Amino acid sequence: MRRFVLISVPYLWLLTLFLIPFVIVFKIALSDAALAIPPYMPTMKDGLSAMFSQLDFENFVFLTEDDLYWKAYLSSLKIAFISTVLTLLLGYPIAYAMARAPHEWRATLMMLIILPFWTSFLIRVYAWVGILSTEGLLNRFLFWIGAIREPLMILNTSTAVYIGIVYTYIPFMILPIYAALERLDASLIEAAEDLGCSRMKAFWLITIPLSKGGIIAGCFLVFIPALGEFVIPSLLGGSGTLMIGKVLFEEFFSNRDWPVASAVAVILLIILIIPIILFQRNEQRQQEAEG
Amino acid sequence: MVETVFEPWADPNADPLISFKNVTKRFGDFVAIDDLTLDIFEREFFALLGPSGCGKTTMMRMLAGFENPTSGSMSLSGHDIAGIPPNKRAVNMMFQSYALFPHLSVWENIAFGLRRDGVARDVLHARVEEMLKLTRLEKFGRRKPHQISGGQRQRVALARSLAKAPKLLLLDEPLGALDKKLRQETQFELMDIQEQTGTTFVIVTHDQEEAMTVASRVAVMDEGRIIQVATPEKIYEAPNSVYVADFIGDVNILTGPIKAVGADTYSLDFGGTEPMTAASDRTFAEGVTAHLAIRPEKIGIHAERPEGPNSVQGKVLDIAYLGNLSTYHVQLPNGQIIKAQTANTRRVSRRAFTWEDPVWVSWSATAGVLLDR
Repeated sequence: MRRFVLISVPYLWLLTLFLIPFVIVFKIALSDAALAIPPYMPTMKDGLSAMFSQLDFENFVFLTEDDLYWKAYLSSLKIAFISTVLTLLLGYPIAYAMARAPHEWRATLMMLIILPFWTSFLIRVYAWVGILSTEGLLNRFLFWIGAIREPLMILNTSTAVYIGIVYTYIPFMILPIYAALERLDASLIEAAEDLGCSRMKAFWLITIPLSKGGIIAGCFLVFIPALGEFVIPSLLGGSGTLMIGKVLFEEFFSNRDWPVASAVAVILLIILIIPIILFQRNEQRQQEAEG
Repeated sequence: MVETVFEPWADPNADPLISFKNVTKRFGDFVAIDDLTLDIFEREFFALLGPSGCGKTTMMRMLAGFENPTSGSMSLSGHDIAGIPPNKRAVNMMFQSYALFPHLSVWENIAFGLRRDGVARDVLHARVEEMLKLTRLEKFGRRKPHQISGGQRQRVALARSLAKAPKLLLLDEPLGALDKKLRQETQFELMDIQEQTGTTFVIVTHDQEEAMTVASRVAVMDEGRIIQVATPEKIYEAPNSVYVADFIGDVNILTGPIKAVGADTYSLDFGGTEPMTAASDRTFAEGVTAHLAIRPEKIGIHAERPEGPNSVQGKVLDIAYLGNLSTYHVQLPNGQIIKAQTANTRRVSRRAFTWEDPVWVSWSATAGVLLDR
């Protein structure tokens, strides 16, 4: 009995906070837009059988017809992928340096990584507008040191989106990699050197494979939220950056087309489920390996 | 067939494999190794023995190339090795934690060093199989390190460090993680493997029994210095200082002024009823304070005063029964406690002495060693 209660808690959680909302969104995706409140039909008011008979996949078909949508999906995938790679390239050395730092520094360094979370995410992204704009801090600084004559156009380009995503999500890359590297026994590296490896070779043959779990976890933790990211592309990316999160927002609030917005969300979820499953399988395999 | 005794250290013409000359190593203000000079010869099984923090691990890490001496020189087969990185030395190390690569199989762990050298495929294969056979791990080649027992991991670590056939193998507390019984078995296995491969072994340990069992010579270290280097028998029977006598095994120390009573014979007044007689081939000045070190098993325990020079009366304070041996703690009139050991050679016998019994303890003049420090 106690076991049943214990197991039912996460399932109840999943049911009420994921499955039921998802069913509602999916139902809206199968409905038609209408000038009403809520802005779609049919609803429960039409009676249950009438409601079910009027549901169709029209909106999903529409998504395939207008190339805006699949371009937005592809562009989101590309941006999320490149940002993940950039975050990894930047985050790994930071995590490595943290894991190699003297013991008494580590808590402080960890604090510095977490500290930005104490400020609102929105404010931090807005701050980048002030830094990257043509009149912004970066351009003024570059002028002052004489590196440029013309202001750099960074804001409202995809570069700004990459900067924003890398900046926002880098802690999620650093922390799992740091956790993996910190556990790494330093004598393994010495053993590799003792057996004939140079420092570089030992890093490649021992450190990287043994931090693989952290790398994969970090990549998923960055890739998954970056794919559906809405705030960063709309604040930093301008109109030129196409991302599915932004499309979703516009469908929902500007067009008030809830059914199409819901269909976009359902597809996005399906795209996200694939990496999430891969991520979980990685975690499981790692636990088995450590078993 | 006359077997020649293996003792290259006694041969002045023998070239040492490793030679430390006035090596000092400092970490900041801390002196880990203090002006140390030492030769280790080919095919030796050399033990560095000492309490933790005595510098034995630092010495080993300098041999492996992980640390460089602050001053002095170190050579391997006559070549100066200071500054040569660990991956360029014909020296391999077996780590205390074993440091097996958890993501590689036992087979790949053993092959790791050979692969770095670019050894041809079939040679590599044969060598790994040979190592697996040597360490009786043939069945475990495909397992990962976490899928085998502690004793097997220890053997993988040994196989991996031997695979490249190093001139010198360093073993850092190799048996520290094993339980007592397995440790004793493994000690003999180590000796067999050392003999079979003919590799020079340098072992670091804080376990004196282990050092005595496996080593051809033992260096007893303290605070960055070597106190004595000798064969296990010499270390045990002829320690050069109270520190060594006390560190290796159990010992009774009687301290007091001495005076010569004949050729190579001294009498020592330790504050008992009468002075003790001790033979020594070393010369001591008249009246200096000296220490007489006597092992418990060389002290007899009797009910009546025995014949002979060194007899003291006392009473039994404690009896430690160890199965094969019994150690009696006998308190002398001056308060000093003498440990005397008897072998329990008969299974069923009444113990001759019990607590509070008045007894005589005695030893011969040659049983102890006179030491000046």
